[in-house]
Amino acid sequence: MKYLLLLVPCVIAAAAPFYNMMEPQLFGFPFYYWFNLALVPVSVIFIHAADVVEGDNK
Amino acid sequence: MSDLNVTATVVFIFFFLLVTVLGFWASRWRAGDLNSLDQWGLGGRQFGPWVSWFLIGGDLYTAYTMIAVPALVYALGAYGFFAVPYTVMIYPLGFVLLPRFWNVCAKRGYVTAGDFVKGRFGSKWLGLAVAITGIFATMPYIALQLVGMEKVILALGFKGEGFMAHAPLTIAFVILALYTYSAGLRAPALIAFVKDIMIYIFVLAAVIIIPYQLGGWSNVFSGAAKVFEAKAVAGAAATPPVAFAGGLLLKQAQLWPFVTLAIGSALALFIYPHSMTGVLAANNARSVRFNMKALPAYSLVLGLIALLGLMARAKGIDVKNPQDVVPQLFLASFPDWFVGFGFAAIAIAALVPAAMMSIGAANTFTRNVWRPFINANMSDKQESDMAKLISLIVKLGALAIILLVNTQFALDFQTLGGVIMLQIFPAMAFGLYTRKVHGKPLLIGWAVGMALSLCLIWIARNPTTGAFVPNWATPLGVTIYIGLITVTVNALVAWVLSMVIPNAGADETKPSDYLDAK
Repeated sequence: MKYLLLLVPCVIAAAAPFYNMMEPQLFGFPFYYWFNLALVPVSVIFIHAADVVEGDNK
Repeated sequence: MSDLNVTATVVFIFFFLLVTVLGFWASRWRAGDLNSLDQWGLGGRQFGPWVSWFLIGGDLYTAYTMIAVPALVYALGAYGFFAVPYTVMIYPLGFVLLPRFWNVCAKRGYVTAGDFVKGRFGSKWLGLAVAITGIFATMPYIALQLVGMEKVILALGFKGEGFMAHAPLTIAFVILALYTYSAGLRAPALIAFVKDIMIYIFVLAAVIIIPYQLGGWSNVFSGAAKVFEAKAVAGAAATPPVAFAGGLLLKQAQLWPFVTLAIGSALALFIYPHSMTGVLAANNARSVRFNMKALPAYSLVLGLIALLGLMARAKGIDVKNPQDVVPQLFLASFPDWFVGFGFAAIAIAALVPAAMMSIGAANTFTRNVWRPFINANMSDKQESDMAKLISLIVKLGALAIILLVNTQFALDFQTLGGVIMLQIFPAMAFGLYTRKVHGKPLLIGWAVGMALSLCLIWIARNPTTGAFVPNWATPLGVTIYIGLITVTVNALVAWVLSMVIPNAGADETKPSDYLDAK
């Protein structure tokens, strides 16, 4: 489960063909740019979830 | 010197002097006996989560990054933005590997990746392979920090002939070498606070004020798009036609290089000696885990810095060498005093990683080359003396590359360095989790990966300029990052041979060494 959670942001980041588009725009940013930037805090959520799932088995 | 921007230079020198004082004073900060490698080279492994955050952030997001990433976005648009997915991938990966790495290193007194590999697989030759790979990859990286620094010094308006042209850079670097020599890792740790705070201010100001001057973010993107389109049209009309690969989105042909370069770079990042040095300087594995969640804040900043390339396009800044784009954008957008502040931020951002890289390389040379092969009975003092000396030599070497050879040489070797750095990934990653894959096969895998990397870099080089490029147009029709191909072959060779070759070599670590201390 821990590894699966950590894999999710990596797979999304690698899926460039799926975010390589202009629309929908946000605050004047094309999708490609705001999606990439938004992915950074999202990846932190997944890493935190992995940390919680792992609990004390470290 | 008539073109010298006096206000900017005064502000620049003020901040430079400030960090110089900090650098020398650092030897007394959280004082320890600097005659031991643990103290000089790792700051005594005592940095808590927040100090580590500043230190590792200051270490990974370098001056060269701040110049080169916007330069690539300026030149090609979307492709340069690979820095963001790349830095998204490094922390989940780091979360898996680094807490285990920190634990085993603290338990066994390891200072470098080579120490770990040598202890884990009982092979000093594998330790040596890891060490020379790391040192080789680090040298050009230090040289490129100098390039970042020189770009801003030149943009202040310094002009000189011959030796004088490089005098400010040389002085800055010699000062850096001296306080690193005396204070070790404490110097960049302390300077990192100043560096990171300055960079955050610099970036916030840039991403608020410049788009405001341009009339909003949508104008930044549409303005940049117009310039890219004009370039594509001009390229198509030229005789012979020149294909222009730039644009706001990735071209079909850029997808594979983009994705593989991001993955490959992510795998390599934390095994560079300077990254490991930063991680091992933390006080426990909890601090390391905390940082895997806190460091992405810098990735966000990096993404915003990347957008400076598009802002420069929208603003109509036209430079021959894209690496001049950030300084020129600043000169065109800000009052002199803030230009001085921004340039100082970039120059200081060169000092922290340059210090860490030279310390990382020096620790590695001392522990994994000199000690096992030349003098096995080094005292603690001899070890730290040796490392101090090597840190000086490494920095002078990097300076010599920039002054005596040229920047293209450093760039070529940086490209090669990234590819070969990956070749120690199998030994590190397998080593942290299993002993089934073992020393001799890993060494053979490394050798195969290195040889293949050199061949492919040579085959893929630019046919006209001879410059090294990271990607290879495979016979299958897709272009892929060379490092990812060669590390895959490397890992497969090691894994397959591990089933054939007897598993010799003593493992001095225990499974509990990798877990958090209870």
